[in-house]
Amino acid sequence: MPDRTRTGTGTRRPVERGLGWLRLPLIGAFGFLYLPIAVLVVMSFNASSIPFVWTGFSLQWYPTLASNPQVLQGLLNTLVVAVAATVGATILGTLLAVGLARYTRSVLLEAYSLAPAIIPDLVLAIGLLILFTSIGLTLSLFSVVLAHIVFGMAFVAAVVTARIGQTDPSLEEASRDLGATGPTTFLRITVPSLAPAIIAGALLVFTLSLDEFVIAFFTDGPRTPTLPIVIYSMVRFGVTPEINALGALLLLVSFTVVLAAQRITRLTDAL
Amino acid sequence: MTSMAATPLIRIRGVGKRYGSVTALADVSLDIHHNEFFALLGPSGCGKTTLLRAIAGFEDPDEGSITLTTGDTQPADAGEVDLLALPPNRRPVNLMFQSYALFPHMTVSANIAYGLEREGLARSEIARRVADVLVTVDLQDKASARPRQLSGGQRQRVALARAIVKRPKVLLLDEPLSALDRRVRADMQVELKRLQHEVGITFVVVTHDQEEAMSMADRIAVMEHGRISQIADPVTLYQRPVSAAVADFIGMSTIIPGQAAVDGFTALGERLPAAPSGVIGPALLVIRPEDVRLHADDPTDAAMGSLSGTVLATHFFGGTSTTTVTVAGLGRPVLATQIGPPAHRIGAVVRVGWPAERAIVLPDTP
Repeated sequence: MPDRTRTGTGTRRPVERGLGWLRLPLIGAFGFLYLPIAVLVVMSFNASSIPFVWTGFSLQWYPTLASNPQVLQGLLNTLVVAVAATVGATILGTLLAVGLARYTRSVLLEAYSLAPAIIPDLVLAIGLLILFTSIGLTLSLFSVVLAHIVFGMAFVAAVVTARIGQTDPSLEEASRDLGATGPTTFLRITVPSLAPAIIAGALLVFTLSLDEFVIAFFTDGPRTPTLPIVIYSMVRFGVTPEINALGALLLLVSFTVVLAAQRITRLTDAL
Repeated sequence: MTSMAATPLIRIRGVGKRYGSVTALADVSLDIHHNEFFALLGPSGCGKTTLLRAIAGFEDPDEGSITLTTGDTQPADAGEVDLLALPPNRRPVNLMFQSYALFPHMTVSANIAYGLEREGLARSEIARRVADVLVTVDLQDKASARPRQLSGGQRQRVALARAIVKRPKVLLLDEPLSALDRRVRADMQVELKRLQHEVGITFVVVTHDQEEAMSMADRIAVMEHGRISQIADPVTLYQRPVSAAVADFIGMSTIIPGQAAVDGFTALGERLPAAPSGVIGPALLVIRPEDVRLHADDPTDAAMGSLSGTVLATHFFGGTSTTTVTVAGLGRPVLATQIGPPAHRIGAVVRVGWPAERAIVLPDTP
């Protein structure tokens, strides 16, 4: 480690230099993380219809995908679910976080509010299925939306709770002190000061709902499959480059949204 | 201010507040007068902030009353409002928070206008009053800045402007200067005092800094363990403290435990000069450093008090200097302040004395 001391003059982040071969695990870990995804994206441009034999570059699978009515309908269903679940989960999750912060000091209650985000999807899915059938709710996109709101609001609550912890509690008191009523304070002070976290939480729920399979599989009706369910049924007859193309597109959407969420949370820290 | 004493602006009677087994406030009664600069002074946890928040409406006392005189200072049209019956947003008082609590997503002028908008005033009226108050706090050029772009002193002035623009009957200030660095703090002390005169609003300041309270306030309530120890103007508080705790908290002092009798005060087997007090039994003698005189030890000088000690340390502050003297038998050293550089060297043996009328005798009640 000859140049260990040369940490660079004027570098703001202290990045270790001169690690040499010690960088290998880092590169290896990233390779392990992204190799499958890279393979999928590369293979979506494969001319051959056999998905694991590369014969040449082609964009043909993307138009093919766009003309598949099954896929288009699945995409539409998924978007409906994702938007509705995002709206519902964001509103309820924000209220949950604010309520928890304001009216309880119970750590247990806070943990319970986050549980749906952590407990196995399968458990939540089976529980929701039993609940929906026992109250006589017909399984449809509506039941998927309800199910996605359940775990989605836990994620929103987690993000917003973290933000509340960083917010000056006297902001709301100052608003009251200046003559604002409770509702005015909530809309003019509480929501704007939490807005970055609320938006980040919403984007998170949107991406999670977009590719959620297990819970949707259990709570969806047979005539309105969401995109992950459509893909699943296609894969049962073999993986085609068409599915690779679809995966690549979903990846693009998720990446964009996650980056946006991260960007927004970083903006708020500057505030 | 003579006639105003009859109708206090705020009347606090028997206010108590407990959190579980902790008593935050116990039987607090005090009057705050019109146009007064009043300070609540005490160490952290003494209940001063709880009392301030009770006036603002963010704490609900378990017992007692807080009333506000409305109308003018003439007793004829003066009515009393029960503050405790009103929610914080309907009380004619405003609180300046310790953190300033500026709304980060609003500009300076939007912050200031917020309270006026809640009153439903016309836009033109709001704009005029915001512009006026920005001049008062000298922040005209920062109207469209965001709070995070301002310095600490500027933020404090915005918080102040946001509160006074509402023209409250009383402005409550929670540790208004604690977030500022030392140099800005001195400027803001002067500034706060000037503003209070200019806007003619009663100020109630909570502080743990006795110098701050002494330099700004007309009257000070010293609080301890949720109780009021003494309410007085700064000079009385300094010269006539009612307890050793108050004496110890306000300014520097040397406190000597001993016995008081009709004919004087005795400690360490010696009769010490002391002002007549009427205290009999265990007592404490309080002397301020500037009253203590030090003389090179000369056994023939019988006129000087009979205590003698050794100079432990000297501190020169430019205009004045402080000499610390250890006296055998006293738990704490005696402090002596004088004008100019220290006159005795470390290790020198000196006689310690003071004029009898400057030494206060207080009952020693634990």
